[in-house]
Amino acid sequence: MMGDFFKGLLVMIWRVMTDQPDPKAEFLSVFPGGLQPLVSAVLSVSPIILVFATLFALTTWLERKGLGRIQNRLGPNRVGPYGLFQPIADGLKMLTKEDIVPRSADKVVHFLAPIAFLVPTLLAYAVLPYGRNLVPVNFDAGILFFFAVGASTELSIFMAGWSSRNKYSLLGAMRAIAQMISYEIPLILSSVTVIMIAGSLSLVEIVEQQGGYQFGWLPGWFVFTPWGLAGFVIFLIASLAESNRSPFDIPEAESELIAGHLTEYSGFKYALFFLAEYLGMFAVSGLAATLFLGGWRAPSPFLEWVPSYVWFLSKLVSLVCLFIWIRGTVPRLRVDQLLNFAWKFMLPMSLLNLLAAAAWHFTATWNFIGAGPGRWLLCAAMIAVPYVLLGRALTGGKKWTRRTYRFAE
Amino acid sequence: MLGEGILKGMAETARNFIGSYHDPERLTTVEFPEKRIPAKQNARNFPFLVYDGVDPDMGLRCVACQICEKECPPQCIYIVKDAAKKPDYLGKMQFQPKVFDIDVSVCMSCQICVEVCPFEAIKMDTDFELSNPDRFGGLLQDKHRLSRPNEYYHKIHPTEASEVDARLAAEKAKAEAKARADAEAKAKAAAAASTAKPANPPQPATAK
Repeated sequence: MMGDFFKGLLVMIWRVMTDQPDPKAEFLSVFPGGLQPLVSAVLSVSPIILVFATLFALTTWLERKGLGRIQNRLGPNRVGPYGLFQPIADGLKMLTKEDIVPRSADKVVHFLAPIAFLVPTLLAYAVLPYGRNLVPVNFDAGILFFFAVGASTELSIFMAGWSSRNKYSLLGAMRAIAQMISYEIPLILSSVTVIMIAGSLSLVEIVEQQGGYQFGWLPGWFVFTPWGLAGFVIFLIASLAESNRSPFDIPEAESELIAGHLTEYSGFKYALFFLAEYLGMFAVSGLAATLFLGGWRAPSPFLEWVPSYVWFLSKLVSLVCLFIWIRGTVPRLRVDQLLNFAWKFMLPMSLLNLLAAAAWHFTATWNFIGAGPGRWLLCAAMIAVPYVLLGRALTGGKKWTRRTYRFAE
Repeated sequence: MLGEGILKGMAETARNFIGSYHDPERLTTVEFPEKRIPAKQNARNFPFLVYDGVDPDMGLRCVACQICEKECPPQCIYIVKDAAKKPDYLGKMQFQPKVFDIDVSVCMSCQICVEVCPFEAIKMDTDFELSNPDRFGGLLQDKHRLSRPNEYYHKIHPTEASEVDARLAAEKAKAEAKARADAEAKAKAAAAASTAKPANPPQPATAK
């Protein structure tokens, strides 16, 4: 019995490491039939929590280091080598802090909000394909599930803001609702292009569709098509807003709203919010990698021998680094700028991108000389021309100049 | 074109990110407790009392006029006048403080005490490491802890200190010249008087 157990465990780990199909089967057969679904679920869930919680810790460190370097500072470097144990120190600090609940808060909702934030975020991980045969739940409509649970985090942010009974919390929550609902639309519309082209709502199937290489070297990822590139950019911007990251961090703008909906949270609950926010960012980066960057697929034919999950994770981490880079660069938007940008620019552009994807789909049957580049140019023009025109219209052809002051100076 | 500025900004931050690794000149901060940047001349944190010479008690410029005590916005200065007098830099007899306390925890580093002091006796220190485990005794600095020699003042604020010294020297020279002129005038008057009454020789005024 014990021998079978360890043998099954080792076989399972070996199969996961080497990208083999159905890695859990042998290990599960050790357990009695009734227990198998439960053990299977635990086996799927625990690595996700383990890996992404570790990634969360590393990302807080990476973010502080990266932002420090961007601002010509060193960043944390006291705890452990290169400050690597800083997350542990931060975690200990968070966990030993007093848990303060405002006297006039709605205590039940105040308590439930961090949980209601973390659980859907973790649920979203269920449908991401982490590797060739690594997907916890292969839903036919995985992407739909992802957006459905992702959208419910908005509720928990409003729960937190409402229950704290604090003006800053409530203002932050209101802003969060306005922002997340506005950006949910371009986020989903930009992924609809992928669904249209791939013809499937299953994330596993979408990754399957991005296989192969054009001209023998260019991966068949969707980002290497005109509509895919535009969709990827729109998706990235919208996911920045969805995960409340700078420059869209107005729900928790510290210079205006203390910490927005997090104002009245401390200790472990604050840590949960923080964790859920980062986990949400990873999940949405993972989805971006799956939809546009070929998921777990290698970027070139001679790198196929590297295990697939390495590619998935490295794409995810690169996107996170990009997010950190953007955070270090772009200042926060005002609320009106944010909503203008969402409704006047992101929404029209994502609708036009749908048209471009449709054009791409219907020109796939073109069969004459120069059809390939012609099709490419047509779709690129369908996006680039409106982009330039819309950009010019929105900025009003204004040139940015040095600001002149009438009364100061 | 829309988005151009963001790309430019991203390039700038990328340049900073990479530059901070190969060019230590870019780093604006230092590893504080081990390395320190010398304090700027204009830095100010907490007042101290200046004394001339070597004896903090005798050389203390403060004459316990209590203007700073009255002007201090958070009222962190406490002064008790001493009955005994001592000569100041002009040789005039002046009061001196018996008690001069400043509470670090109350002081707000506004420098008003320095602005109002007519005797150049109180100045701002650049030392900022004033934290103390004893929150009553340790944070209440008395006369002896506050006293610093004029050389220290020269060290932390060289420009300002030389300017103060020059002004004090000029005042002193002026006072001496006036005393000398007064003495001469007196001597002349005395000489004129002595021709009438030679029995009383004139006493020259002592000027230190």
